[in-house]
Amino acid sequence: MGSSMTRGDIESLATDFYDLLESFKHAPFYHISFEIFLVLAVIWLVFFRKPRAIEKKLTEREKQELIDEWQPEPLVPPVDPNHPALNVRVLDGIVGKTVEIDGKKSLNFATFNFLNFVGNSRISEKAIQAVQKYGVGSCGPRGFYGTIDIHLELEERLAKFFNCEEGIIYSYGFSTIASIIPAYSKRNDILFVDEGVHYAIQKGVEASRSHVKWFKHNDIQDLERLLAEQEVLDKKNPKKARTIRRFLIIEGLYVNYGDICPLPRMVELKYKYKYRIFIDESVSFGTIGQTGRGVTEYYDIDRQKIDLISSSLEYSIGSIGGFAVGSSFVVDHQRLSAQGYCFSASLPPLLAAAAIEALNIMEEQSTPLFETIMSKSKRLHKKLLSIKGYSVMGDEISPLKHLRLANALNTIGRLEEIVQFAQTRDITITVARYLTDEHLLPEPSIRLILNVEMTDEELEFLCTVLQEALVKVTS
Amino acid sequence: MAKTSAHQKNRSYTNVVYATPVSEHPSLDEVYEVTPFSEAFWTYLNYVILNIFGWFRDLLRNARIENRKGSAENNPPGFVPLYQSYESFYTRNVYQRIADCFNRPIGSVPGATLDLLERVTDDYNWSFRFTGGKVKTINLASYNYLGFANNSGPIVESVINSIKTSGLTAASTTQEFGTLTQHRKLESLLAEYLGTEDAIAFGMGFATNALNIPTLVGKGCLILSDELNHASLVLGARLSGAVIKVYKHNDMNHLERLLRESIVSGQPRTHRMWKKILIIVEGVYSMEGSLCKLPELIELKKKYRAYLYLDEAHSIGAMGLRGRGVVDYWKCDVNDVDILMGTFTKSFAAAGGYIAGKKDLIDHIRVTSHSTAYATSMSPPVVEQIVSVLNLLLDNDEEHEGRRRINQLAWNTRYFRQRLTKMGFIVYGHPHSPVVPALLYSPSKIAAFNREMLKRGVAVVTVGFPATPLVLGRVRFCLSASHTKEMLDEVLKHAEEVGDLLNMRKSKLNPKRPFHETES
Repeated sequence: MGSSMTRGDIESLATDFYDLLESFKHAPFYHISFEIFLVLAVIWLVFFRKPRAIEKKLTEREKQELIDEWQPEPLVPPVDPNHPALNVRVLDGIVGKTVEIDGKKSLNFATFNFLNFVGNSRISEKAIQAVQKYGVGSCGPRGFYGTIDIHLELEERLAKFFNCEEGIIYSYGFSTIASIIPAYSKRNDILFVDEGVHYAIQKGVEASRSHVKWFKHNDIQDLERLLAEQEVLDKKNPKKARTIRRFLIIEGLYVNYGDICPLPRMVELKYKYKYRIFIDESVSFGTIGQTGRGVTEYYDIDRQKIDLISSSLEYSIGSIGGFAVGSSFVVDHQRLSAQGYCFSASLPPLLAAAAIEALNIMEEQSTPLFETIMSKSKRLHKKLLSIKGYSVMGDEISPLKHLRLANALNTIGRLEEIVQFAQTRDITITVARYLTDEHLLPEPSIRLILNVEMTDEELEFLCTVLQEALVKVTS
Repeated sequence: MAKTSAHQKNRSYTNVVYATPVSEHPSLDEVYEVTPFSEAFWTYLNYVILNIFGWFRDLLRNARIENRKGSAENNPPGFVPLYQSYESFYTRNVYQRIADCFNRPIGSVPGATLDLLERVTDDYNWSFRFTGGKVKTINLASYNYLGFANNSGPIVESVINSIKTSGLTAASTTQEFGTLTQHRKLESLLAEYLGTEDAIAFGMGFATNALNIPTLVGKGCLILSDELNHASLVLGARLSGAVIKVYKHNDMNHLERLLRESIVSGQPRTHRMWKKILIIVEGVYSMEGSLCKLPELIELKKKYRAYLYLDEAHSIGAMGLRGRGVVDYWKCDVNDVDILMGTFTKSFAAAGGYIAGKKDLIDHIRVTSHSTAYATSMSPPVVEQIVSVLNLLLDNDEEHEGRRRINQLAWNTRYFRQRLTKMGFIVYGHPHSPVVPALLYSPSKIAAFNREMLKRGVAVVTVGFPATPLVLGRVRFCLSASHTKEMLDEVLKHAEEVGDLLNMRKSKLNPKRPFHETES
């Protein structure tokens, strides 16, 4: 443990150190600066240099290898051959109040034939006359000689029926609302949409690329909450807020739920929060309201307050296509910017003629017809409620109802069994079909549609069959 | 084609039923003459003058010196304007001046001749009034390639019959209770006609593209789409969520470069491999009159393992020896095209669209298509029209009516195109396509040509911006098998007059020279 460092060593160490310092004084300037530079360089290398990305330039051979290796997925995934869409019933003849299946006539509660205009002889006669005058197809889009005088007549009649300034027709029901929404709402705009809207509206909303704010189905409080939140954001940036358009997209009577929208409160909020209302009345046109003019008549609201009413000609009217009515200022814009209108051939004239005749019948029969359908819907609703074991969705005056099994028994399998059993007893009903990528997939249900010409006995029979089916399925 | 047989055809086409005037070898020469400098200059000047007038008029309108003629908003102030003012600048000041050339209402069947409803405007095209008169014109505007737009005859009888037996609609979706026996018959006939395993039909051609492309490709896929594709294809591609890359019109080199680069670099940012690559092309492009280069496309698709989607809206029935579309014209194998799509509006004079291909593709579409799940099925009389036309085109009748019409259309196309080019018009497109665009360049000439031809009793379609590029306004003639040689001669005579009036016969490639009947 003795220190190996003697006094002499320490002295020599000190002199060595002193010599070192002395030599610094005598070293040439470049030597010192070079040493300092090296020290700084080391410090920089260790602490500050960012790791440089290595450039990945592929050679031609490597590129060719990548191309040769790449394998795509098959064009379509394998499909289950038992899927109901691949095993549909193929029908023959007129699909009206009764439909012929397997040689037997059964009562039809499955198709959207509310006013029983399918197969109506007056309408068929007018359609035949139109074929004898115009042929079948219109052979062109509306802008290039595809506008036939019968289209103009139909647009005028629809506008007059709704007491609006102008109407516009489309050649496909699905494309109507799906083309209307992107024509007005662009990337910066905001859409307040009910969660329960049907698929065509969802596609229109997607195509518009706007900000979408979904509110809970028919929940006014939720809508007010969203509107208030947006107002706060607007106050923070008022300049931007002046360039954002706002729209409320709702349905009059929802296809997926059968209930009516709370329109009066929504119209009040329109003037408070300054948004525009677009209503899709595909189901409520021709079914509710004293003269069949839809949800605005039902609530007795001035139609000038609604910016645009769109609907389909495929449900109550029994033709093909769709339309929209509103003020000229709003509707005219679609003639140049709605894709489904400008870039598509116009509606075949025979279907337009059929729609005009259907409107004639609706106007002639007016109040008695619509009171009948509303009262029959109420009676059916009461009857269905009295069957224990089912839960009925939908407003009591709505001719479209959704039927589910009560408790936790509601599965598609059981509903299909009910449908099949009903078919053996000559009642045609259907399970509502949806695609899997809906925004809010509704629960499985049977969609019951009332035809205005169903008698009380037939409605009674329907309920009897449903009761028996329930017993069979839950036993 | 020998001179004598051409001469025979001039006399009476009903004699020559089996001879095919379409040459045996499909042609690859499409000509796009370069825009003459003077035309470009005057067209730009035209736009500048229109813009200056437009700003001036808007100024007057804002200062309330001039009345605002369009409609006004009826909501109280405080609402954000529904459409931006600059968007409608073009509409107010350029389109509105020539609005009488568009949206013309007709009052008859859109056959070889057309009855236009006469309308006059008292306030410079802001509103129209019908006088109640009808103007009879020769129709070179409707998409009636095989001339099946009729209001009498055996096909119309069967359509009327089907209205009586099946009604106008089933009022239900295809997946629920909307499928009728007629739909199945249509689909099997269609598959037989096209030579594919299976087919499915929809009620609207636009919706066929927009609602079905999203079921085939999705996120993680790549779509390579031609520059001039139709709006429905663009919408379908956008809705699918895939990455879209656009290649120059009919430029196969650019397409190959894009394919190579895309496969090598993979998806953007993550560089994962693409799930699928889909090339979308049209058979005949309706604004250019050009054909897609199908043999090269099939070669490329096989080399890079991509899928090919062919939209034959304008070419089905109109191209090919047997009228089976561009696949027939180029003599390719129909199994090489993965997805064949088309519409019934043009050659079949009905409405709707279809997709054809292998059985598993069609099964997949039946299950996942937006249209089969939510849209009403096709109307039975429309289906009946298509089925009747298909029966004729399949050559099932003794009179070979279908074959006669296909040959007539091909002859009309050759004759009309040759004469039009020899007059000195600048004509675009493929020599065998029945869509014939002749360039007019400036918006004023578009309006003038349209109105002058109408005065002489010919209805034509003239298009400008935004359907075409800014300086390439054009007139587009759509030929039909129902046009006789006399009708075409009359149209050409009037076109010559108007062309001289507007100084349009200035092609350098085909300078105008007189035409002799014996030339072929």
